Amino acid sequence: MTGQRRVLRASIRRLWQHDLAWSLRRSPVTLVAAGLTLLCIAGALFAPWIAPQNPFDPASLNLNEAFRQPGSPGYPLGSDDQGRDLLSTILYGSRISLGVGLASVLFALLLGVSLGLVSGYAGGRIDAFIMRVADVQLSFPAILIALLVDGVARVSLPSHMGASIAIPVLIFSIGVSGWVQYARTVRGLTLVEREKEYVQAARVIGRRPIAIMLAHVLPNVMGSVLVIATIHIATAIITEATLSFLGVGVPPTQPSLGTLIRIGNEFLYSGEWWIALFPGCALVILVLSINLLGDWLRDALNPKLR
Amino acid sequence: MKKLLFLLLFAVLPVQATTLRWAAQNDILTFDPHSQNHTTTITLVMHVYESLTRYGKKYDIEPSLATGWKEISPTQWRFNLRKNVKFHDGTPFTADDVVFSYGRIKQPQGTMQIYVDGVKEVRKIDDHTVDFILAGPDPVLLRKLTDFRIMSKVWSEKNRSQNVQDAKSKEETYSSRNANGTGAYILKGWEPDKRLVLAANPNWWDKREGNVTDVIYTPIKADATRVAALLAGDVDLVTDLPTQDVARLKQNAALKVVEGHEVRTIFIGLDQHNNELQYSDVKGKNPFKDVRVRRALNMAVDREAIKRVTMRGLSIPAALMIAPGVHGHTTELDKVAAADPGGARKLLAEAGYPNGFEFTLDCPNNRYVNDEEICQGLVGMWAKAGVRVKLNAIPFSTHIPKILKHDTSAYMLGWGVATFDGLYTLQSLVRTKTTGADGSFNCGRVSDPKLDQLIDAMKTETDVKKRDGLLRQALVMTRDEAYYVPLHHQMRPWAMKKNVSTLHRADDRPEARFARID
Repeated sequence: MTGQRRVLRASIRRLWQHDLAWSLRRSPVTLVAAGLTLLCIAGALFAPWIAPQNPFDPASLNLNEAFRQPGSPGYPLGSDDQGRDLLSTILYGSRISLGVGLASVLFALLLGVSLGLVSGYAGGRIDAFIMRVADVQLSFPAILIALLVDGVARVSLPSHMGASIAIPVLIFSIGVSGWVQYARTVRGLTLVEREKEYVQAARVIGRRPIAIMLAHVLPNVMGSVLVIATIHIATAIITEATLSFLGVGVPPTQPSLGTLIRIGNEFLYSGEWWIALFPGCALVILVLSINLLGDWLRDALNPKLR
Repeated sequence: MKKLLFLLLFAVLPVQATTLRWAAQNDILTFDPHSQNHTTTITLVMHVYESLTRYGKKYDIEPSLATGWKEISPTQWRFNLRKNVKFHDGTPFTADDVVFSYGRIKQPQGTMQIYVDGVKEVRKIDDHTVDFILAGPDPVLLRKLTDFRIMSKVWSEKNRSQNVQDAKSKEETYSSRNANGTGAYILKGWEPDKRLVLAANPNWWDKREGNVTDVIYTPIKADATRVAALLAGDVDLVTDLPTQDVARLKQNAALKVVEGHEVRTIFIGLDQHNNELQYSDVKGKNPFKDVRVRRALNMAVDREAIKRVTMRGLSIPAALMIAPGVHGHTTELDKVAAADPGGARKLLAEAGYPNGFEFTLDCPNNRYVNDEEICQGLVGMWAKAGVRVKLNAIPFSTHIPKILKHDTSAYMLGWGVATFDGLYTLQSLVRTKTTGADGSFNCGRVSDPKLDQLIDAMKTETDVKKRDGLLRQALVMTRDEAYYVPLHHQMRPWAMKKNVSTLHRADDRPEARFARID
């Protein structure tokens, strides 16, 4: 028992004295950003327990409770045009925003890293082909690609699946629009690593290329990939919000932050300012704090800046 | 020279120009009067071209280019044409123009044939008399003819515009950009998507009730911009108002808002044909074939809440499939019961769905006033009765072909009535679908032999009393069998400057001849 505790204490001390932890302690802005991010994630994760209402359950909504002012009893941030409590909807909506953001980053990361590894390690025609595709995609803005993929997927998939496939389609389209950055970085790093002695040694003892890529090259390029991923999460959340704002994202019965801002936008001039304002603030806080964290991580992991 | 200028100025002074600047959402599609059955297009075209009959202030039939008519037999009507009427280019109006226009509107590339549907032939008797030969008796002929506009035969032939413009192939003809009617206003110019200018016709046979001599029509797509143009004083009249802005405009001391309803009813249709609903968790049967389920869906809808919250007061809750102003509508029939989710749950349990069921509702998101918001509200209301609804909100251009293919279990649609007569709605929505006009928008394939009988009898019944009885019976049956879930009749407020007054029209077509600017 005491042995275990001692091990635990030792590992906490090691974590506390780690380079990253040291640099985190030295940056109050990052601490605040980390705190806010944690708060947002906790709010999203525990929404069903914290939120006063489940805005995704149509039976709990009452149209007669629509357009309540912020501060009305039961509606701390007011309610929207369908009678959804805005606080609950923001909590549930950030669940979708964060979920879609994380999932699409994961998807882009998997796709980009594997293509980058193959491209860098194999070289030759495969490399040329993958990189030209990446170049072509880079010449379009990411949001345009996401719109395109989303639009094509919606038309080609049977329409009755509409609501149930909306979120997977969204994740796919945002993911596809973001893989290039990963692929390019990983390819560059792989080109360098490939020539190093340890890779050559592995090749000499007869390991298969796939094993070399995964076991030897991949761990050595992951640092940079993580930095890109952190910043990409913020971009992905914004892309999701933009798509939802344009009305091609999530179904209207399950609003994300972008959908809420779109709904609120219609009522900005008629006096119901809170429907757009509060989700907008939530989105800014979420994206800003994740961005700050990403910036800090990049600096902290970059030995040249230290 | 100076003297001449002075004289000119003097000559111009007494004729004061009064310009009405009007903005709405859409531009017109064409100026060819026989090409497109589209409300905005018709509204502007009817300022320039006239028909044999027209609607008066209360939508009663008035003589226009015809001064009178007589039924020689149930299938032969004689029209006396107005004498000494000249087209804007000076050519006189005669029977030849009516015969020519009839041949023209019938051409298949147009979409206006419905207004002469049932007319077999138009026969010239003399220069100012024509006979309409009908396929069968037609009690609403005079109403249909209000949208059958007369063109000059001579002018059309001179300008090679004998054929209706084919809008589908983006054809441009002389008559799609230029106009020569007999109406109160003359087309002065049209720059698509920018502006359209009309000027009063000094030789018009009738007198304008208002004082508007010039009309400038500007299409402004974005809601906020259109409202801002009115607030800034750039336009005098705005139609297609966003509901949430109406209250704000009403409070503005420099403006006034004229409210009136449109003869359009928004409703939900249900698939009552398939033996198993296509988009539902109920297998092996179709719950919508059970009248108790349909009644339950009707009972659960809180139409007052939709009116108060979503429509901001700009709707009339509906129990009947036709709006006030349409012949056959009475307030006594159109009484809406209060929402009763508990009762709906009970009815559903009786029908064998104690735990409700699930279905998908197809809804347009850019056609009717607040369409998607209304559908979202319905999802909540039906959820309280235990029915789980998946919402599929899509643009109207994909929605309409989908429901016309019957690829739907439940859908939203709005139905406007151009003839101001209930038969139009019953024939299109309730009559069993055949080819042609019968059941043309009966997308859920409602089929009731008794109603079919009533509707078919109505088509040729010329005895007004008997026909009214049939109409009432059919409307009540449609309501009580809950073949549809009517939601509300749309209101269409128009906003204008304080010094502008005009007659609100239930077909949502402003007419400059009724407008005054003080």
